[in-house]
Amino acid sequence: MTTHAGWETVIGLEIHTQLATKTKIFSGSSTAFGSAPNTQANLVDLAYPGVLPVLNKDVVRMAVKFGLSIDAEITKRSVFARKNYFYPDLPKGYQISQFELPIVGLGSLEITMEDGTKKTIGVTRAHLEEDAGKSLHEDFDGLTGVDLNRAGTPLLEIVSEPDMRSAKEAIAYMKKIHSLVRYLEISDGNMAEGSFRCDANVSVRPIGQEEYGTRAEIKNLNSFRFIEKAINHEVERQIDIIEAGGTIVQETRLYDSDKDETRSMRSKEEANDYRYFPCPDLLPLVIDQEYIEIVRKDLPELPEQKKARFQSEYGLSEYDADILTVSRDVSLFFEDVTKQVGDAKLSANWVMGDFSASLNKDNLELSESKVSSDDLALLLTRIKDDTISGKIAKEVFEAMWAGEGNADSIIDAKGLKQITDTGAIEAIIDEIIANNVGQVEQYRSGKEKVFGFFVGQVMKATQGKANPAAVNEMLKTKLKG
Amino acid sequence: MHTKTIAELSRGLKAKEFSSVELTQHFLDRIEKHNSELNAFITVTPEHALKQAQESDAQIAAGNASPLAGVPIAHKDIFCTQGIKTTCGSKMLENFISPYDATVVTNMRESGVVMLGKTNMDEFAMGSSNETSYFGPVKNPWDTTKVPGGSSGGSACAVAARLAPGATATDTGGSIRQPAALTNLTGIKPTYGNVSRYGMIAFASSLDQAGTLTATAEDSALLLTAMTGFDEKDSTSIQRPADDYITGLNDGLEGMKIGVPVEFFDENLSDAIAAPVKAAIAEYEKLGAKIVDIKMPHLHLSVPTYYVVAPAECSSNLSRFDGVRYGYRCENPKDLTDLYKRSRGEGFGDEVKRRIMTGAYVLSAGYYDAYYLQAQKARQLIKSDFDNAFKDVDVIMGPTAPNLAFGLGELMDDPITMYLNDIYTIGVNLAGLPGMSIPCGFAAGNNGELPVGLQLIGNYFAEGRLLNVAHRYQQVTDWHSRRPTAFA
Repeated sequence: MTTHAGWETVIGLEIHTQLATKTKIFSGSSTAFGSAPNTQANLVDLAYPGVLPVLNKDVVRMAVKFGLSIDAEITKRSVFARKNYFYPDLPKGYQISQFELPIVGLGSLEITMEDGTKKTIGVTRAHLEEDAGKSLHEDFDGLTGVDLNRAGTPLLEIVSEPDMRSAKEAIAYMKKIHSLVRYLEISDGNMAEGSFRCDANVSVRPIGQEEYGTRAEIKNLNSFRFIEKAINHEVERQIDIIEAGGTIVQETRLYDSDKDETRSMRSKEEANDYRYFPCPDLLPLVIDQEYIEIVRKDLPELPEQKKARFQSEYGLSEYDADILTVSRDVSLFFEDVTKQVGDAKLSANWVMGDFSASLNKDNLELSESKVSSDDLALLLTRIKDDTISGKIAKEVFEAMWAGEGNADSIIDAKGLKQITDTGAIEAIIDEIIANNVGQVEQYRSGKEKVFGFFVGQVMKATQGKANPAAVNEMLKTKLKG
Repeated sequence: MHTKTIAELSRGLKAKEFSSVELTQHFLDRIEKHNSELNAFITVTPEHALKQAQESDAQIAAGNASPLAGVPIAHKDIFCTQGIKTTCGSKMLENFISPYDATVVTNMRESGVVMLGKTNMDEFAMGSSNETSYFGPVKNPWDTTKVPGGSSGGSACAVAARLAPGATATDTGGSIRQPAALTNLTGIKPTYGNVSRYGMIAFASSLDQAGTLTATAEDSALLLTAMTGFDEKDSTSIQRPADDYITGLNDGLEGMKIGVPVEFFDENLSDAIAAPVKAAIAEYEKLGAKIVDIKMPHLHLSVPTYYVVAPAECSSNLSRFDGVRYGYRCENPKDLTDLYKRSRGEGFGDEVKRRIMTGAYVLSAGYYDAYYLQAQKARQLIKSDFDNAFKDVDVIMGPTAPNLAFGLGELMDDPITMYLNDIYTIGVNLAGLPGMSIPCGFAAGNNGELPVGLQLIGNYFAEGRLLNVAHRYQQVTDWHSRRPTAFA
């Protein structure tokens, strides 16, 4: 984070979300990831003479869904435009995008920072466009290969207002959008495959100054970690330049994650003149209120609504509810466990605690978890029905994570079943009291702290399997004498 | 056989007076005999044609043939034809073999029509004389020192010289109607959205529309029936019930109101053209129509508006010809920029380059508002002129072209005069209306008589009415039956 006092950072993000359609935005080719080069490019994608684009209606529904989820205005008559430039991975020599009239207008959403402070970030617009193909500069011995499988993949570009004031806010905003598009099931949000990436517009200004500083645009950031580093690096760079008496040039910069630096791609003077104009092959996209209402009915429960429900329905704290609803997958996992166990607080603690820790430790997504919601529910049920204590449950969970079986089979195999037989516990307690006369006297003379010593001895003798409640009660009675 | 109309050929085939193979071979022989002089065809497809003819003959024999089965026609080389060279009149696509058929080509084939070959045209349909073709100019059969008009000059020449009974064509600013006028043919440009543009190589997408060139209005009606219809592959194609262009051909014209724009008869129009056009309009009065003068105050904006809109769209449409995936590629490009510059520099002709540069300019930052946006506003005004006119009249009539067929090479160094050849036709494209040109007389050229065309403009989807109006005139006149004697 910057150590420069007296400066304010201003950040706006352009997030490119790949929409989860089966086919491309203007052709019937598949959008599946990872196929052999150019096997998913038909004549339309290859821009053969005479071919024409036909809009995939699924992308419209998805864009409207997103717009409604951020309370944005849905444009009743949006227009596709051509963005003209030459590049081998852009077969038509223009990209079909939306320019003056995007499908989603002004909206907003709220972000929550780690310290609990909230902030509203404006979303200027979101528009539909097609992705380009890929130019492959390696493996061709000085030549460039072109793979057009990605050409024509539908994107929703979500443009924020310059409302963020730190890299942390930018990350919080991006995570919020990431969560939202997955809740809406309009994108898989897979950053490694490029389904969710962003460009960051960064500028700095002296605190108190009204007007924005000159901005630099950092291109193609595709991990939360890189975005934070790239923004912080860029802020440092700009402040250093200005404090040394220099001025910032408006330009596009590329973040090099290996060197942790941004470097110039092109300046404003070198920037392309894209010669945007309405695409005459596509009629304006007209959306009526009836359609909007149909899409609205189809909206899933959104993070904010789910969070409020988790608090009221399950009595969770705002903090817990927030963590459990950031990801749709986590929220569904939590609810599944809770329904089976019947104890929301216990489920919440485990999902946020040992379970999340294990995922993080092994760097796994929830979908790759080694313990299913049914597995975890069974374990928690065994705590609830006094088969094992919470402490033993941690041991069982570790074994489950290691693939040793489900809770019941592990408890059986390791003999971890809690001792609830009062006769057995009583015999052990009697023996401990008999062997520790000194401590008994201390307790009886008022040193109640010694009580813990006795609990420890009992647990040691039972390898932790004694029911803690039963032990407590019985010890108290016996120690009174 | 070549003197017969498509309607007559269709009847002859059904009556088994001749077979489609005989008919097709006859036209192939005529092409063989005359094409070297006229240069109407870029590609002739005899094997393909005879195979189709055999299939049609089999259908006719089986008694389940469609009305057009076995009738040969020519396709303008702007339509993609699977497995057959599709050049668009350009060096850029000199060796391009299309992997698919345009919807127009598919529709025609499914109607049993036989394809004789692909006709010459101005490069990427940019021109009014067919002289911008990479494959050389086309001659006018009425006087081979004259141009046949453009950009569908090859189709017009082929039909006028009876190398084909009919041909497909396209019209972006007059490219069907002007050649029809200059070669004594019936040409129709349908309403924008009536014929699919899929597989028709784009020049200016918001203006391009496919149509036909034939000897008579009845023939146009027959071909158009096969050609039109909604196509889900073209988003600008309009979904509506199929039209019947045949049944109403003989409807009476009594009480019909014809609007004649006073602006069409200004100083740009020579007397040689004005006289036959006025005589034709008078003929309509005899047929019971009422003639009224109308005003179209924004029509003078047509040419400047067109020469902003069309180049703007073409500059973008032609970006795909970059030497990367298909078409012409320069030799030994030293880097990407060199590949682009030389492939496009060597592959495109002068007129195409002129329009790409004009188009890129009017769309560029700082000029967009003054040119492109202004042109869009003017386009709306021109459209409103037509909308207002059609509140009162059924059909608008006037000249098709301001002059007779001009000499080969005469206007090549004068693009502005060349552009003004489309002064009366361009407004129709800007408004998206259907328009026709029909033969209405002759005037003296410096080398014998040359044909004059009458333009008919209808309201949206009034093709049926236009064909009816044209057909009735052809029932009482014989201009359309006259043929150039050199190719009798």
